[in-house]
Amino acid sequence: MCLAIPGQIVELLDGDHHYAMVDVSGVRRKINIGLLKNEGTRLGDWVLLHVGFAMSKISEEQAVEQLRLLSMLGESDEAIEEIMGYQFDEEKKT
Amino acid sequence: MKTTKMRFTDAHIELAHGAGGKASRRLIEGLLVPYLMNDTLPELNDAAYIDADGRRLAITADSYVVKPLVFPGGSIGELAINGTVNDLAMGGAKPLALLTTFILEAGLSTSELEQEVAAMARAAQRAGVSVVGGDTKVVEHGKADGLFITTAGIGLTDPRVLLSAEHVRPGDQVILSGPIGDHGITVLLARGELDLEADLTSDTRPLWPFVAALIEAAAPGLRWLRDPTRGGVATALNELARDAKVAVVLEEEAIPVRPAVRGTCEILGLDPLHIANEGQFLAIVSPEYADMALEAIRGIPGGEDAQRIGEIQEDPKKVVLARSRYGGTRVIDMLVGDPLPRIC
Amino acid sequence: MKKMSIGGVIIAMKYVDEFRDPELIRRTSEEIHRLVDPDCHYRFMEVCGGHTFSIFRFGLQNLLPANIELVHGPGCPVCVLPVGRMDDGLSIARQPDVIFTAFGDVMRVPGSQGTPLELRARGTDIRMIYSPLDALKIAMDHPERQVVLFAIGFETTAPSTALTLMRARELNVPNFYVFSNHVMILPAIRTILDSPDMRIDGFIGPGHVSTVIGVHPYELVTEHYGKPVVISGFEPLDLLQSILMLVKQMKEGRAQVENQYSRVVPWEGNIPALEVMNEVFEVRPFFEWRGLGVISQSALKLRPEFARWDAEVRFQVKGVRVTDPKAAQCGEVLKGVLKPHQCKWFGKECTPEHPIGALMVSSEGACAAYYHHVHLRQAIGE
Repeated sequence: MCLAIPGQIVELLDGDHHYAMVDVSGVRRKINIGLLKNEGTRLGDWVLLHVGFAMSKISEEQAVEQLRLLSMLGESDEAIEEIMGYQFDEEKKT
Repeated sequence: MKTTKMRFTDAHIELAHGAGGKASRRLIEGLLVPYLMNDTLPELNDAAYIDADGRRLAITADSYVVKPLVFPGGSIGELAINGTVNDLAMGGAKPLALLTTFILEAGLSTSELEQEVAAMARAAQRAGVSVVGGDTKVVEHGKADGLFITTAGIGLTDPRVLLSAEHVRPGDQVILSGPIGDHGITVLLARGELDLEADLTSDTRPLWPFVAALIEAAAPGLRWLRDPTRGGVATALNELARDAKVAVVLEEEAIPVRPAVRGTCEILGLDPLHIANEGQFLAIVSPEYADMALEAIRGIPGGEDAQRIGEIQEDPKKVVLARSRYGGTRVIDMLVGDPLPRIC
Repeated sequence: MKKMSIGGVIIAMKYVDEFRDPELIRRTSEEIHRLVDPDCHYRFMEVCGGHTFSIFRFGLQNLLPANIELVHGPGCPVCVLPVGRMDDGLSIARQPDVIFTAFGDVMRVPGSQGTPLELRARGTDIRMIYSPLDALKIAMDHPERQVVLFAIGFETTAPSTALTLMRARELNVPNFYVFSNHVMILPAIRTILDSPDMRIDGFIGPGHVSTVIGVHPYELVTEHYGKPVVISGFEPLDLLQSILMLVKQMKEGRAQVENQYSRVVPWEGNIPALEVMNEVFEVRPFFEWRGLGVISQSALKLRPEFARWDAEVRFQVKGVRVTDPKAAQCGEVLKGVLKPHQCKWFGKECTPEHPIGALMVSSEGACAAYYHHVHLRQAIGE
């Protein structure tokens, strides 16, 4: 369930009633940011959009960290392969 | 030609029957063809061919029903001219003349009608085709969404090409003339119900210049043409896969889509492959001529974004697949009715 | 970053395309292959229908080793809506002066007398909306009509319905009503776990519901049932990483709740969302779920303070109970006991064109996914 997609806040509208303009790949919609009132929303923030409401702010650091961790998968194996390559009477690593 | 066994058993006509997907096909093959075509099932192409005294003519007819009547990039009038011109072009025929019939809703403002007629005149001139006759009827208020237009067209086929799904072979290349989804999304947004703003316009335009260039450059290798209107690329290619009994294998990342179309589709949960286009076409070309074909299309203004998006394979027969670069595969199916936005 | 180009211009969608990176996907897939115990058969349930959709959309099954089986769970709010409840909704739609508003997901779901789309074609005023606020706007634009919102969805959507009702109250809109069919995810997961025919080794947890309810509610699963849960995002890399994390947990003998979707899901959930939900809704003592039966404390209804906007109060909903035809095995498929093609009616009496249940029409229904993908392939012997 729950189709929710990332969009960027490009304009803050009615402050009292928590409306903002969000941009998704050049498409704009007026959305409600009332569910994020505790943390506050600023111009340029990326949010997760569902049925016209911002559900959550997207954390750039968490996204970057996740991708960094994933990019390290298989790294240690490569290091091992490299070292193995230096041996003269090796058995092939399976 | 094969006999159809499909019978149309729905008790009522639903909107889905006009959406261009599976339900439409069932209506046509299960009710219209058995009666009107003596129960034999010709290839249901955009245009039909008549042999007249040694020359092959293409004829076609199409109805235009769109809401709103006017939208960014065009209006029903332009669609009516370009749509029929394009059906002829997809049959490899140079469009010669059109007939247009109007069903007008009582209460339609004259200025709106004039706007459409003027648009049709401009579109006909741009397409190099003459409107040589037609008919007009007026129906009660509430019975025609303002204006319905039907256009019938006639064209002269180029003897150098014989376009048919029968000629499509494994190894043939799938070429798409440009980005998909522009028209359908523009009209969807123009209805104003979804409150989305985007910088998009309909892609409606005559396609004959591209086809003419293709014929010059690649006639011996040109197998099949289709403009993916209602039902989108998915429907057009599924029809091809079925008719030619082959697999169509697309490369997901090669399919051109504008960011705003993609953005709207992501927000609404739609697939660009199911969205209507009014100014793009698919060409199946033999491998030897594929590069020349692509170059020919790109050489015409408006054809710069043409891409090779896939190829024909032997198996799995009658299926359209899309492969992504990371090795995932999905089946691209025909829609049952119109594409619907979703929230889940 | 996956790139799309038009005329040579590179286009990418931030926070989406990075998680479709082919190289990272390849590595994650390889790591899963490396880690799995070849003698083990892993059964992971993805609860959320959106995950089911992603799995098929991105062809993820072919990136997994053969001994990982993905079982599709009941997290499709449209799929679990009983026919009787649909009938109740459509009977409201047929009332004079009603404008019935619903999300696109609902439009092809069959009631006993047809789908909303069919009813609309025959003249009932049923309108598709994108946001609950759109329905409120329709009510304000049409003061002479009674506008009813057919509210569906798990906890992801409930706060939006709640905020809309609070706005209706604030603006004193007299002609707006909500027919609430919001359901809750944990009771459904618990029902699956309590079911004797289930063997699930781990759960891929619903990413977007969790932005509202947070991560800690899933401790019920890890602590009482000893099964690992990984809250997952929806892109291919998210799902693969989540599966990797589940395999790792099993290898290490752990049963913990982990948050793979940390870029979006906060541990504590969304407090304002939970507050508005609590202000507007209360938990029903019980609610019938298609296939899962009656589950206590599993759905939301409007509080008495909001009775003025409650469609169930205004329209005297009949509470029809319509049993599913016996041969149709929607329930077993929803629970993951049966795969869609194992239902006797799959592909025959029940197809997307003439569906028996919502599983075959919902974009996230397991049956629809199978029909459009696996079924077609099996039909041609792939």
